[in-house]
Amino acid sequence: MSTISREEVAHLARLARLEVTDDELDAFAGQLDVILESMKTLAEVDTDGVQPTSHAVPLVNVFREDRPQPSLPRDAVLAGAPDTAEDRFRVPRILDEEA
Amino acid sequence: MSRLNDYDKAVETYEPVLGLETHIELDTNTKMFCGCSTAFGAEPNTQTCPVCLALPGALPVANKAAIEATVKIGLALNCHIAEWTRFARKNYFYPDMPKNFQTSQYEEPLCENGYVEVAVDGVDYRIEIERVHLEEDTGKTLHVGGATGRIHGATESLVDYNRAGIPLVEIVTKPVPGTGALAPEVAKAYVAELRDIVRSLGVSDVRMEQGSLRCDVNLSLNKPGEEWGTRTETKNVNSLRSVERAVRYEVRRQSALLDDGVKIIQETRHFHESTGETSPGRSKEEATDYRYFPEPDLAVMEPSREWVEELRAGLPELPRKRRERLQATWGLGDKEMQSVVNADAVGLIEATVAAGTTPTGAVKWWLGELSRRANEAGAELGALAITPEQVAELQGMVDDGRLNDKLARQVIDGVLAGEGSPVEVAAKRGLEVVSDTGALEAAVDEAISANPAVAEKIRGGTHAAAGVLIGAVMKATKGQADAGTVRKIILEKLG
Ligand SMILES: [Zn+2]
Repeated sequence: MSTISREEVAHLARLARLEVTDDELDAFAGQLDVILESMKTLAEVDTDGVQPTSHAVPLVNVFREDRPQPSLPRDAVLAGAPDTAEDRFRVPRILDEEA
Repeated sequence: MSRLNDYDKAVETYEPVLGLETHIELDTNTKMFCGCSTAFGAEPNTQTCPVCLALPGALPVANKAAIEATVKIGLALNCHIAEWTRFARKNYFYPDMPKNFQTSQYEEPLCENGYVEVAVDGVDYRIEIERVHLEEDTGKTLHVGGATGRIHGATESLVDYNRAGIPLVEIVTKPVPGTGALAPEVAKAYVAELRDIVRSLGVSDVRMEQGSLRCDVNLSLNKPGEEWGTRTETKNVNSLRSVERAVRYEVRRQSALLDDGVKIIQETRHFHESTGETSPGRSKEEATDYRYFPEPDLAVMEPSREWVEELRAGLPELPRKRRERLQATWGLGDKEMQSVVNADAVGLIEATVAAGTTPTGAVKWWLGELSRRANEAGAELGALAITPEQVAELQGMVDDGRLNDKLARQVIDGVLAGEGSPVEVAAKRGLEVVSDTGALEAAVDEAISANPAVAEKIRGGTHAAAGVLIGAVMKATKGQADAGTVRKIILEKLG
């Protein structure tokens, strides 16, 4: 019995913009279960009084001064784009929202 | 088009609860997490780098000036500055952010629990601030193929990432109940106060027309004694006047629905500048699940108490204090000062006085003729095409007797039409008080002979009758005489 439902997998897939078939929903639900089950081991560790880690290196207050650095040349920037027009990145139209 | 209730009727039945989320772009030299310039108006995609384009392996580093500016804003808004704070990823897919997430803050904002006091009609309202946090702005999308550059009907979008990554401060209020019929005015007064505070701190120029301050307006209605209603969130309300209009519109729209027993849906709505209406956008039921999590590429921040106190001690005079000082200096009553504040004219009058005119002269033009012009144009006072220096120059010409008020108004026509400074307009249009006493005396003589009965009355001691002759002289000189001088000449001749 999966603790992760097919609906939850479908929801996660939608949020991550992944196309998942019906068969895959069942397969992934099972696999995600295994992962969650393994992670439960961690929950057994006593973490009372331990501050959550936010970064692998214990550094705080890492800042840069507000001094401009050269940006990339536009040609180089747009060279990596799948499509461009008018010196801009061209993307398919965006649905479901009005600007 | 929704059915709308009459506003006054609506607020008799329902109590509005306001909430405001304001985004302010900071005036730093560089972006939030990279060294790209933030200069406004550059060619598209010329201010980008691996960090703000989210190229693989690029690592962000936080801009110290942006953190400092946000702490200053928090302090000016009476907030608690966090001892421990960090960034978080707000995940969503939209081409305006190349990373597919926005670096923002979630459960640990830089500043929390503050307040702002605003006065409307002599009553103080305390607006509680829930949080002030730091995030980054998005790129600019241009929609092509649609009729009006809007997404609707567009076939594709073009993206410029120059703005992506510019530091953005978000200021969120707690719900504001208890404003009643004044909700639109309180909302506007709050945004104006916020803008003035941020401007006084020198951390942003806060130009609403350039989009450096953007506002989302939340509003719900409930009947007295009942629980708060479901709220709508009207996005991108980008002028003070629009804030007021958006609140008013939502009160009228929601109350009509509630009267009909229709449930308000929690949704995002869009404000339309041209009509003052709002229309539905995404509904919250299908709203994105942002899956926030702590940003692993940025170190946590622990603003030291010494540093915070140093910044607090360095805060400039804040707008409320400044207004009290200026009111005393200008010798204005509370009511008059409130009119100045309502007209958003404090800075304009201060600059006009600084340019060398009297407070009375400055107040007269900005609250009188110029306010009238702004209203006619549906524009804000500060957006009129006349500078405080020009108003000072105009009043100087009146003080020197070169213009009377009527001519001065014609000079304003010219200045607003872009014909130059008041001195230039007066010269070009030939507007100047006739100071040639010979010409004035001739005009007075003519008026006297044309109105013998009136002249007789004045000789008999009825000086008030002089108005008729003054009017005749003004007409003869096309308004270019000084009424005081004309009166003097008349009374000399007939007195
Ligand atoms: Zn960059």
